[in-house]
Amino acid sequence: MKKKSASSSLSRRQFLKGFGSGVAGSVALNKIASALPLQKTLEKAADNANRTPLKLSVNGKAYRLSVEPNRTLAEVIREDLQLTGTKVVCNHGECGACTVLLDGEAVYSCHILALDADGKSVTTIEGLLGGEELHPLQKAFVKKDGIQCGFCTPGQIMAAQALLLKNPHPAKEDVLEGMSGNLCRCGAYPKIIESVLEAAKKD
Amino acid sequence: MRYFDYIQPENIKQAGESASHGWRKALLYAGGTDLLGLIKNEVESPAALINLKAIPGLNGIEYSEREGLTIGALVKLSQLSAHEAVRERYSVLEQALKETASPQLRNMGTIGGNLCQRPRCWYFRGDFHCLRKGGDICYAVDGENKYHCVVGGGPCFIVHPSDPAVALLALDAWVTIASAKGTKRVALKDFFVLPEDDIYRENILQPGEIVTHIHVPPLSEKTVSGYIKFRERGAWDFAVVSVAATLRINGNTIIDGKAAFGGVAPKPWQEEKINQRLKGLSVKTENFELLSAEVLKEAEPLNQNAFKLPLVRNLLKRLLVQLTAS
Ligand SMILES: Cc1cc2nc3c(=O)[nH]c(=O)nc-3n(C[C@H](O)[C@H](O)[C@H](O)COP(=O)(O)OP(=O)(O)OC[C@H]3O[C@@H](n4cnc5c(N)ncnc54)[C@H](O)[C@@H]3O)c2cc1C
Ligand code: SF4
Ligand code: FES
Ligand code: FES
Repeated sequence: MKKKSASSSLSRRQFLKGFGSGVAGSVALNKIASALPLQKTLEKAADNANRTPLKLSVNGKAYRLSVEPNRTLAEVIREDLQLTGTKVVCNHGECGACTVLLDGEAVYSCHILALDADGKSVTTIEGLLGGEELHPLQKAFVKKDGIQCGFCTPGQIMAAQALLLKNPHPAKEDVLEGMSGNLCRCGAYPKIIESVLEAAKKD
Repeated sequence: MRYFDYIQPENIKQAGESASHGWRKALLYAGGTDLLGLIKNEVESPAALINLKAIPGLNGIEYSEREGLTIGALVKLSQLSAHEAVRERYSVLEQALKETASPQLRNMGTIGGNLCQRPRCWYFRGDFHCLRKGGDICYAVDGENKYHCVVGGGPCFIVHPSDPAVALLALDAWVTIASAKGTKRVALKDFFVLPEDDIYRENILQPGEIVTHIHVPPLSEKTVSGYIKFRERGAWDFAVVSVAATLRINGNTIIDGKAAFGGVAPKPWQEEKINQRLKGLSVKTENFELLSAEVLKEAEPLNQNAFKLPLVRNLLKRLLVQLTAS
């Protein structure tokens, strides 16, 4: 995904690769072994030229990263930080599977550039766990069967968390409205709504 | 997504100067909820995005009884609908905002970006080199055109997708547009353009021109307003059609009023004749019925969307009845 997308950086890298292997070829003839590190350095320089520093706090942990501008927040969370609890389904801002909290508000991480989160604090589904202890919302989803295949669940739970942060005691209508940006292919909607209401009862 | 540079301008002048539609296309970028979709679908392949969020001073909301509402273009939709003055005085805008997209998208998308969003025609968003993309055919004419326009179309038949724009039109809003050259004010009704005037744009903005603020005049005490959006499902959906109205009422008479319509035309739609007839109209369901029957008289529906006409007329009648009920 990342590689495929960075087309202009790719062409630059390709150019350098071509150049590099040319060098490698001629140096191989001359039996000098130091060409490979040179090629690596050049490639790295090309990559870095396209990268921008990014400061993020994710689940309370501070990160200093360097990313290409065309990468989404979801890609950085999943690939660079290896926090794969956040799911990408539509990659188009239409389904809610990738929902995370950005400074406490629910956003679609697939449809926002990582650089747009610079200096902000991100909470992913992993951030809800307290050690091995499930978060009240997670417990409620287990108890009320708010899960079928489970693929939409991390996004559902993050949307619910944003909702409950704003409105700890929502009416059913508030839950329907607050969860309306999250689709569930399995159609577990009634149980999802029950789960959110169950978690709200607890606080 | 293909690679692009990310430009962080310090001010409007820099942003305006960086924007270009030449061989190295640089596009204005706000919340990105529309633009990233266009880039992912390769409808747009800009060499650079100009991040308007980097410019200070564009994300505030001000209200005074004398000046009305001034909204920075970078204000998020959720931030705007939560504002006290919007909730207390501009119901039509509040309702339209709450019916826009989804909770997450309202936390991400800006009001300026919403007014400038590109059309949702599925041929335009898909792999079709249609008129609006520089091709030589409009696929909607003989294709799937249930959601296309019934009035103001030709040679392209999009509808403007914005809900807030319809509410803002019924509120007589205007915008401030800035560029490296200076600033100007434009009434919202003159901001949008029809395909017959320019098929490549939905508004008058030239490359490098930026909407900085949206202004909504104050409303008198006796004004009521509302928005009805017809959509096909409960979760997020663009309007099939929508109706907005603001009415100044005295006793049993509408002193004056404005109606605006979404989902019917390539721009948020208004009919001067209807607004004229609202003036002095006495509050009676029969009157509303007669008036509503006059809406979209010039419509020329395509083969799948004539259903929009009775729908719009009935929704206008319903809205007028609701707004004058108390
Ligand atoms: C799944 C989905 C459902 C949606 N449903 C609805 C709906 O029901 N109703 C509705 O009204 N909208 C709907 N939208 C559209 C959404 O509201 C807009 O995408 C959003 O408001 C755009 O704001 P943005 O800041 O993200 O704009 P961006 O994506 O950043 O920009 C959009 C366009 O406007 C230009 N632009 C942005 N800001 C300015 C400015 N200040 N001056 C000049 N040009 C500018 C950009 O160059 C770009 O061309 C939906 C979108 C999605 C993805
Ligand atoms: S309606 Fe407009 S955008 Fe859609 S296919 Fe026709 S020309 Fe293209
Ligand atoms: S994966 Fe992000 S909204 Fe669907
Ligand atoms: S549980 Fe399967 S998609 Fe929601």
